[in-house]
Amino acid sequence: MAGYLLRRFWHMVLTLFAMATLMFFLFRLLPGDPTATVISPSLYPKAQEAMRQQFGLDRPLFEQYLIYLRNLCVLDFGISFQTNRPVFEMIQGRLLNTILLILPSMLAAYLLGAGIGAIAAWKRGSAAEVSLVFTATALQSAPLFWLGMLAILLFSIKLDLFPIGHIVTPGMFPEQDWRMYLSADFLHHLALPFLVNTLYQLCFPLLLMRSTMLSTIGEDYIELARMKGLSERRVLFGHAARNALLPLATTLPMILGWAVAGSVVIETVFSWPGLGLLMIDAISRADYPVAQAAFLLIAVLTVFGTFIADLLYGLLDPRIVYA
Amino acid sequence: MPTIILDFFRAVWRGPFGPTGLVILGLCVALAILGPAIAPYDPVARNYDAAGKLLRLAPPSWQHWLGTTLLGRDVLSQMLVGARPALLVGGLTALGTVLIGVNIGLISGYFGGRIDSFLMRLTDMFLGLPFLPFIIIVLSLTGRSLTTMVIAMTLVMWRSTARVVRAQVLSLREMPFVAAARITGASDLAIIYREIAPNIMPIALVSVAFALAWAIITEASIGFLGFGDPSVVSWGSIVYDAYASQMMYRAPWWVVPPGIAIMVLVSAVYFVGRAYEQVVNPRLRTG
Repeated sequence: MAGYLLRRFWHMVLTLFAMATLMFFLFRLLPGDPTATVISPSLYPKAQEAMRQQFGLDRPLFEQYLIYLRNLCVLDFGISFQTNRPVFEMIQGRLLNTILLILPSMLAAYLLGAGIGAIAAWKRGSAAEVSLVFTATALQSAPLFWLGMLAILLFSIKLDLFPIGHIVTPGMFPEQDWRMYLSADFLHHLALPFLVNTLYQLCFPLLLMRSTMLSTIGEDYIELARMKGLSERRVLFGHAARNALLPLATTLPMILGWAVAGSVVIETVFSWPGLGLLMIDAISRADYPVAQAAFLLIAVLTVFGTFIADLLYGLLDPRIVYA
Repeated sequence: MPTIILDFFRAVWRGPFGPTGLVILGLCVALAILGPAIAPYDPVARNYDAAGKLLRLAPPSWQHWLGTTLLGRDVLSQMLVGARPALLVGGLTALGTVLIGVNIGLISGYFGGRIDSFLMRLTDMFLGLPFLPFIIIVLSLTGRSLTTMVIAMTLVMWRSTARVVRAQVLSLREMPFVAAARITGASDLAIIYREIAPNIMPIALVSVAFALAWAIITEASIGFLGFGDPSVVSWGSIVYDAYASQMMYRAPWWVVPPGIAIMVLVSAVYFVGRAYEQVVNPRLRTG
């Protein structure tokens, strides 16, 4: 187990290293010069040269790459083109904001999804179940940004129940420190994106729970439970549901990683100051150091999610043998 | 190949969801072909009323069934024209995804050993790549066009197909018919593409469906975030225009239709995919 854990961890580090490398070469080799916004071609050639030297862009590519890797290791993401402040400063709080938006909502989605999915399997064949499956598929097929906009239209504008976006009322917490997260105002802002994301994300666990439970119905241990004279409800919730929870639980971290990657969408709709919105804003301002750092942090969260998923899988299913 | 297509339709035609999905998909394909021809107005032309005043955010009327945008453009015409990029990007991406994914899965599963562990490590790396953010970065660096979008999406999406196909090949590899082919002196390539590949076609078709669904949603999301091809009117870009104008909440007729169109199209793809999957994978068959 310890050996497996170590090897799996090593793979994670390798993956992140590959991604950092990919980013480095993407930004340098693809057409279009990302530095053009800072080192303007209209400057005197001498001035351009001086700036290149200052940023280290005059050195050979490989040397730049080594410096880049070294800087990443000490969390030095460079200087923002836009604000001239260290990127690290701009990114710190954003990570927490993204996690606060996505993590609770995904946990809620999985709990609710598993419960509703189990009920759906229990009531299989009924009109209610068919319409539930239909609704879940339709919701899952809807674009998340659009669901968010409809929710704002209905709950914020027509009914005036929730604020239209942002993390707190602008100007209420000028320091943006920890007190912000403990305020009722923060929860009020969190509520609508939380609800929309939860509703959207619970479709996958719901449908998975239902189909896994239905696929266990022919298994021997279910037959046995039936033969013992247990009620249909106890057979399903006591036996089938338990076993279906396993594959469900193991998908959570991976789906969580995908949800983090998808946060660009929900954060944009709700102007939620997380990593995703930071990345989009940075790209539209051609602030590439910030975009790159935001992307790498999102990648860390995604890869870490997959890592946890693999570990959970082994912990929850004793049939998996670590070789 | 034709028998597989025939089997596919026969399989999907059972049950209520499959046929519904197929019909909707057929309608969408027809729209993608005919859309620009049957659009009542030029989708980017400004429309004026009888008095010569620009029709800004006009609510639905007999002249403009789905109203107009802030710039006085006809929403219905934009919707009709927008079907083509959705299906084109989705379809090409799904094709490319499955082409790469199936081949990597076949090679990885069949040869095993070092080739397998290298290819699977590569697959794992791509599985960790944040999908939408990566594509947005590529699009922002290379310029926004439908071609780049398809290439970028294909480059990432093959990962899931490769994994599913490989798992299938691992068990097929041990089957007697593979051993028989080997004894007759068939080369590795012949075994892979003549013996094993036909058996994974059903799974590949399921992958096409899910890749298509994902690609359509992603294309719309990219459009909504403002990284779509600026010269193309797509369902995503309609929502983006509405969002960027800050007028979206005053004109529901502008925002609601593109979302519904995407939802209906992607649901149809899911319905077809799941109906087929139930036939291919008997464990999923429900009473």
